Amino acid sequence: MKDEIIAKTTAYLQQEILQQPNRTIATDEALISSGLIDSFSLVDVALFVEENFDVVIDDTELNAETFDTLEELADLIIERQG
Amino acid sequence: MQTFHHILKSNYENKADQVAIYLQHAGQEDLPITYRDLLNRAVGTQQALENQGIKPGEVVLLILQHGEDLIYSYFGIILHGAIPSIMPYLTEKLQPDRYRADLSALIDVTQPAAIITFANFENEVRSALKTGDSVRTVIIAEDIGKTGQPSFDLNRRQPEDVVLLQHSSGTTGLQKGVALSHQAVLNQITTYADVLHISPEDVVVSWLPLYHDMGLIAGFLMPLLYGLPLVLMSPFDWVRAPYRLMHAVSKYKGTLVWLPNFAYNFCATKIRPRHMEGVDLSSWRAVINCSEPMRHESHQLFLETFQPYGFKESALATSYAMAENTFAVTQGGINSPVTIDPIDRESLQVDRIAQPAIENRPTINMVSAGPPIPNTEVKVIDAEGKTLPERHIGEIALRSNCMLTSYYHRPNVTEQSFLDGWYLTGDFGYMLNGEVFITGRKKDLIIVGGKNIYPQDLERLSMTVPGVHPGRVVAFGIFSQRAGTEQVVIVAEVDDAEPEEKQRIANDIRQTVTQGSAVALRHVHLVDEGWIIKTSSGKTARLANRDKFIQETGYTVD
Repeated sequence: MKDEIIAKTTAYLQQEILQQPNRTIATDEALISSGLIDSFSLVDVALFVEENFDVVIDDTELNAETFDTLEELADLIIERQG
Repeated sequence: MQTFHHILKSNYENKADQVAIYLQHAGQEDLPITYRDLLNRAVGTQQALENQGIKPGEVVLLILQHGEDLIYSYFGIILHGAIPSIMPYLTEKLQPDRYRADLSALIDVTQPAAIITFANFENEVRSALKTGDSVRTVIIAEDIGKTGQPSFDLNRRQPEDVVLLQHSSGTTGLQKGVALSHQAVLNQITTYADVLHISPEDVVVSWLPLYHDMGLIAGFLMPLLYGLPLVLMSPFDWVRAPYRLMHAVSKYKGTLVWLPNFAYNFCATKIRPRHMEGVDLSSWRAVINCSEPMRHESHQLFLETFQPYGFKESALATSYAMAENTFAVTQGGINSPVTIDPIDRESLQVDRIAQPAIENRPTINMVSAGPPIPNTEVKVIDAEGKTLPERHIGEIALRSNCMLTSYYHRPNVTEQSFLDGWYLTGDFGYMLNGEVFITGRKKDLIIVGGKNIYPQDLERLSMTVPGVHPGRVVAFGIFSQRAGTEQVVIVAEVDDAEPEEKQRIANDIRQTVTQGSAVALRHVHLVDEGWIIKTSSGKTARLANRDKFIQETGYTVD
């Protein structure tokens, strides 16, 4: 379950956000605090999560404190899918 | 002739209970601020400056995030007769070291006497200070008094005195502070308000940062001096939830909004129908596209997306604006629809003439920026300074009564920017039937999301990455249809290296540039030694390198 979420999210980030399909992203790599995901792309990530996993991340939560890594994002999704 | 003090006094006396600003913060109730609140609270800052011995005419740097403190302090500095200058706040992706270096550079040029910041940012600010520099005091926003009674000393400043400084971002931009007088700003605001047919029914909605001319003049000072309600939200909130702009227009019956071109695409592609339930945009009478190249396609996309919610086609408007002219140079789309001029692409590129489109040949739909506003004269000149006829591409030059006093403390730069009393904008364009069309830029500026970026800043950062040849990096922008703005590309020369090593260098360049400039790179292209084209004087020819890159890689941005 978690692996699936991470795999799907990784592919999305590589292709759509970073537009570098070959860029590896470690599951514990900082995404937001490092600037890897630009602030202009945060809303895309929220829409992706909402439309693919049926989990809402409010715009006030779009910061490194809510999630900063693929691992943390996957945990958040699973927790909210309850 | 008046100063800001006359107008603030009048607003305080005649509009005390009127709401000046509806301040929005995601997750909080909107905060209505009346003119009485605004100016009473401004007195706190004025007193703090008085107590610290800050004199009229001295610069005070504001390093505060979106919020009440920034607003009150801005007007407090003006009441005191000092000159406010806003430095963008440190964001999480920018490296503190880089930020400190930029702040030091800004301090060196503008010589502020005081800095106002938050308690938790004081150490950061102090670490950028040097013994013997101009900063005599750091004032903590939380310590500033919360009320007072303004006295409005009408002789404190003269109309020709500098009232504020505006900067663009980055190391290079921060060193070119645009100094504007009371008179210049008031001339701009009264002329522009007239062109827009401003009435008491108007409501301005803005998410634009106040360190940007569009945010500061159109989205802050004009409504507040003119007495129009302003709905002000944080750029950080907007970028995470662009639908907040639509909600604000709907809730407050907003009529006027200024947006950079990319925001049209951003809103249209990232707002879902579920965000728009119950939203009514029929009050919106002008959305004014300015501060980066304007695209017909972006207007169409915005219109198609928001027409079902009451957005009117007649609201689409355009403006060509710059801090050096306080703000607007032209305004289109108010009295009649924005003019679209279909021109022949080849004539534009080869002959530098905007010929009307020819059937079966590639066409560009040029979007008019409208005619100059009445206090501003525009002409198009060739390299010798001679005025060109209609449809001929040349440099845009202007003359007005709302022009900058100088680039602050940069007399040589100021002098080089003028030719016989005309300000040379560095932008290329043409005139047709009295309207201005902008086709490109003479200076190598990249504009991303309405923000000016100097390629030399990005190149300098890239050169610090081990494995990259010093002096052998070039940065440029390529327009993306999808994003409605430019995407930044860096080409860097490296030694023969293994693919993994190249990947490491490319990642390092991305990270260094993002953390050093807050600019995200779309593409990093590593090449062998000797790839980059230099001019005979050894300078990097950015446009030639851009063309070479596109040809060689077949690179297209959708």
